[in-house]
Amino acid sequence: MSVATHETSMGLDHRKLAMWIFLASEFLFFGAFVSAYLLYLDTTNRGPGVEIFDIPFTSVSSFVLLMSSLTMVLAHNSHVRGDMRGMRLWILATAGQGMVFLGGQVYEFTVFFREGLDLTQSPFASSFFFLTGFHGAHVFIGVLILLGLYSLSLTGKVKVGQDVKTEMVGLYWHFVDIIWVIIFTVVYLIPELRVGG
Amino acid sequence: MAMTTTPTTGAPTPRFRPSSREGILSWIGTTDHKRIGIMYFWTVLVFFAFGGTQSGLIRAQLAQAEQSLITAEIYNQMFTMHGITMVFLVVMPFAAAFFNYLLPLMIGARDVAFPRLNAFSYWFYLFGGVFLYSSFLLGGAPNGSWVGYAPLSANAVSNMAFYAVGLQILGVSSLASAINFITTILNMRAPGMTFMRMPIMVWMTLVTSFLLLFAVPIIAVALFMLQFDAVFGAQFFQPASGGDPLLYQHLFWLFGHPEVYIMILPAMGVVSEVMPVFSRKPLFGYAAMAFAGAAIGFIGFGVWAHHMFTSAIGPVPRAAFSVATMFIAVPTGIKIFNWVFTMWGGKIRFTTAMLFSVGFVSMFTIGGLSGVMHAVVPHNAQQHDTYFVVAHFHYVLFGGALFGFISGVYYWFPKVTGKLMDEKLGKLHFWTWLLGFNLTFGPMHLSGLLGQPRRTAVLPEELGGTVELYNLLSSLGFVVLFGSALVFLYNLIRSLRRGEVSGDDPWDARTLEWMTATPPKPHNFDEIPTITARDEFWHRKYAEDEQHVPVPVPAGASVDTDEHAGHGEHIHMPDASVWPFIHTMGVLPLGYGLVYANWWLIGAGVVWMVAGFFGWIIEPLAEGDDDEPATALAAH
Amino acid sequence: MTVRDATPGRRPTTGRRARRTALAAALALVLAACSGEQNALDPAGPYAQAPHDLIIWVFGIAVVVFVLVQGLILFTTWRFRRREGDDAIPAQTHGNTKLEVLWTVIPALILAAISVPTVQLIFEQMDEPEAEYLTVEVIGHRWWFEYYYPDYDIYTANEMAIPVGVPVRLEMTATDLARAADLGVIHSFWIPRLAGKQDLVPGHTTYLNLQADEPGRYLGQCAEYCGLSHANMRARVVALDAGDFEAWVADQTTPADVPAEGTLEARGRELFGDLGARQACASCHAVWEGDGPRGPGQGPDLTNLFSREEFAGAIHDLTPDMLRAWLANPNELKPMQYDVNGIGMPNLNLTDEELDALVAYLMTLD
Repeated sequence: MSVATHETSMGLDHRKLAMWIFLASEFLFFGAFVSAYLLYLDTTNRGPGVEIFDIPFTSVSSFVLLMSSLTMVLAHNSHVRGDMRGMRLWILATAGQGMVFLGGQVYEFTVFFREGLDLTQSPFASSFFFLTGFHGAHVFIGVLILLGLYSLSLTGKVKVGQDVKTEMVGLYWHFVDIIWVIIFTVVYLIPELRVGG
Repeated sequence: MAMTTTPTTGAPTPRFRPSSREGILSWIGTTDHKRIGIMYFWTVLVFFAFGGTQSGLIRAQLAQAEQSLITAEIYNQMFTMHGITMVFLVVMPFAAAFFNYLLPLMIGARDVAFPRLNAFSYWFYLFGGVFLYSSFLLGGAPNGSWVGYAPLSANAVSNMAFYAVGLQILGVSSLASAINFITTILNMRAPGMTFMRMPIMVWMTLVTSFLLLFAVPIIAVALFMLQFDAVFGAQFFQPASGGDPLLYQHLFWLFGHPEVYIMILPAMGVVSEVMPVFSRKPLFGYAAMAFAGAAIGFIGFGVWAHHMFTSAIGPVPRAAFSVATMFIAVPTGIKIFNWVFTMWGGKIRFTTAMLFSVGFVSMFTIGGLSGVMHAVVPHNAQQHDTYFVVAHFHYVLFGGALFGFISGVYYWFPKVTGKLMDEKLGKLHFWTWLLGFNLTFGPMHLSGLLGQPRRTAVLPEELGGTVELYNLLSSLGFVVLFGSALVFLYNLIRSLRRGEVSGDDPWDARTLEWMTATPPKPHNFDEIPTITARDEFWHRKYAEDEQHVPVPVPAGASVDTDEHAGHGEHIHMPDASVWPFIHTMGVLPLGYGLVYANWWLIGAGVVWMVAGFFGWIIEPLAEGDDDEPATALAAH
Repeated sequence: MTVRDATPGRRPTTGRRARRTALAAALALVLAACSGEQNALDPAGPYAQAPHDLIIWVFGIAVVVFVLVQGLILFTTWRFRRREGDDAIPAQTHGNTKLEVLWTVIPALILAAISVPTVQLIFEQMDEPEAEYLTVEVIGHRWWFEYYYPDYDIYTANEMAIPVGVPVRLEMTATDLARAADLGVIHSFWIPRLAGKQDLVPGHTTYLNLQADEPGRYLGQCAEYCGLSHANMRARVVALDAGDFEAWVADQTTPADVPAEGTLEARGRELFGDLGARQACASCHAVWEGDGPRGPGQGPDLTNLFSREEFAGAIHDLTPDMLRAWLANPNELKPMQYDVNGIGMPNLNLTDEELDALVAYLMTLD
């Protein structure tokens, strides 16, 4: 038998590599939604348009989501250092912030709905709800994964030295964050500038 | 070597884990890339029979003018399902069958990077197909054509919700496969297997997977929009509220054109393996072949609007996409000449596999030339959506992709089964296939230019001239193809039962997959070979003398010692797992829920899939080793 | 194309003769292709002629490439086939940079040569015609084409009359929910002998130029799949000499006659406007009697129905018998989905008496 090496051709863990590849695909997924949204920015079918957005409110929830990336980094950092308690704490903090963000989104959608903006109102409404909604779904899945990671670490399924698992979850979480930065800019800020100007 | 198969930690055997290698459960639970490849193959044959039956009905209806053997509604379902079946349930998974079986063998790996994800891909494919076909029993199959243009398809009457959800399911399968294969190729090559030593088949797998990776998310978006328009009242493509039907076309073809290359590149890979072996020469212009493939993939993303030359786009995009489209013919031409010059100066053995490969080059050239004619936009307006186009893409996908794949079946059949396919029947199959193919699709060039549009349930008598004759010829061609397909099927089954025993290397082949036992053991290689050259196996068999003339390496001096290197008892392979199967089954209630807007079914499907996924996660991948499993597979 | 072996005095051997006969038959088959009513290879106007001339040129190149490549394949496979018992291993050549550059550059040059006239012609075909032209608006419905002549305020269906020798610019779109039960789907207008096809996309206006050099009836049909009766959505362009076209315009701009009281026709007119509990014909079909401005209905305008030769998406000859059969059960003659989503003509369960009266009335509309 040849020498047993655990090295891969690229020197990168399979799972990490696969996650990067998957996220590359996800970029196009959101890219297509963003294109549709930009196309339909003014196609409001006599319903509410971009003026409906509450920028200060969304800025706050965006800030919370951005901060969750920081706690995610701290969670990974703790895991690398072998501090499982710290890791669990930061994981919970990350998941918590994700949930706060989701709560904000649910609140926002409810308000919009009352003001006459729903999926069936106009192409603008459809593409707004699709873009933000699919992002929200990604956050939701992320929260589920974080909670899964938390419980697996409690039961000893995720151990010290297996920080690649936390790192993978982190990659996904940061991606979802970056996408939100793009969405926040494209969906909320740029139209706001236009309306303001 | 620390790996052993004895449980080291005393962990209990996970529940539901099939341990036998026989019986139905061993197939349901398999994570062996070879068995998954075999399952892909047989499933493809079944769907091919369905798709073929649909084309039979189409050809029967059009055999004469003004016939109404089937109603317009049924006809529309037939051509829609024929297209969906052949593209998504036959050609694409046919490629997946080859990739699955061959990829690890060709790069010297024991399996793919994620064996359970691989099983997941297969089951998603199977359930996606079952889901699509169940529509026949649930009020009618999709009838909006395989492109599903909005707003026609964004409408509940069109049955196209089944299309949108079904393709979404198949897309997940493709995406998972793509990630799996890319990771495998990048990360699991045997020592010394540099990129420029990989067989072209592996290159094409890599390019195809990247195309899928970037194309599938785009169609996913288009399908979500279509689905929500049709079922949940979204307004993406509803003209009344300002929705733009062109958005769908752009999204669809941003996927759809790369999809064309997703279907043809794998077959090009097959042909690039078969031709050198039967010419007894290395592939001519290896680097050009690899890069031409990559170039085709790359340019493939920049020509999508050539499917929309008659749509509502202006002269500037028409001109730009026309020029871009013409130049994609350049890398394609490079490939064709390289294949021909692979044969040039060789000693060609005309086995059935080789015949199909030569047929591929010849027929694909015809499809390529009519493709250049499409790029001439002013006349594209005459060709578009006529039988001329139907002829073109069948020359590419049937004369191209299918000829290539069938060549691959004859070539690798002994690898998979240890038996040779019957050559006499094979040659009968080839010649009738070639004849039937040209008889069916050749006349369509003319009937199209004579004014026959595609997707019409009736052949109008008023077209006059010789259109009717050409249609009759096409229908006769179908009969020939049908007979030929039966010969193929008979040959497959007969050879499986009592084919001649092939030995390990029946073709004097050049690449790694022939260096191990035939059929391969579950762990592929007793010892992972170290690669020193492109065509590694050939170089182990033949050396060059002073005049650079290859001479066989004297017996015993060969470095090929694989079969004596032990019997693999100490190799640690991923265990079987039924979780991918259980997990993916949840997609059925989820899918029906989305079609019928039934939240209970959607909820049930989601809970099922989450639960299945949880079972998947907590299941130890291999007994006694619940972590770092994939890397453990990589290299020992 | 002359087929030489028909010349008497030359006596080819039987084998050669058989081959030549086969060749002649094949040629005849291809040449026979040049007849046909809806034939893209038989252009009858400049907008079909120019693309045709271009493609013939490209086709010539394609044929040369085809012959060279297939010839090369055949020659290679024949020349380098392995002979029985020859187990020698051929030289292991890996490539040849010069050759490879050659077959990269030459095709690129050929394609560049093709792309120049292609791009030029794209713009020429799509630009507004330089000469004075006639505008016709084309609206695609499931499953019939409607034509509106803004210069003359004429609505008609299925058959478009145009003057010979004058460019016609079509302004095209598809219907939408504002007008009909049809939410509007994509169609494509295609009269192969006059021009290539152009899609009609709801929410967009697209343009197509065409011109007929000779009077005649040019056939075509919808070329973008539009659902159930896509195959039954045909189109006609009737090219008329200047005088005939003027007469046609005069006819179409004359209001329909109102039949005399008490006649069967008058009874038909009455039913046309009122069928009791059933949907009246007039709720979808306009008949302009000179009162007020003209406007489109959901279905084809019937003011000059019998000036047309065909009906029902131009799939049936317009005869009184056919019309009667149509009114009795439209779905029999053309599959439609009125019952499903209101698209197409309903079956009104007309009695024999009603059918007689309606047909009599409709026959007065010419």
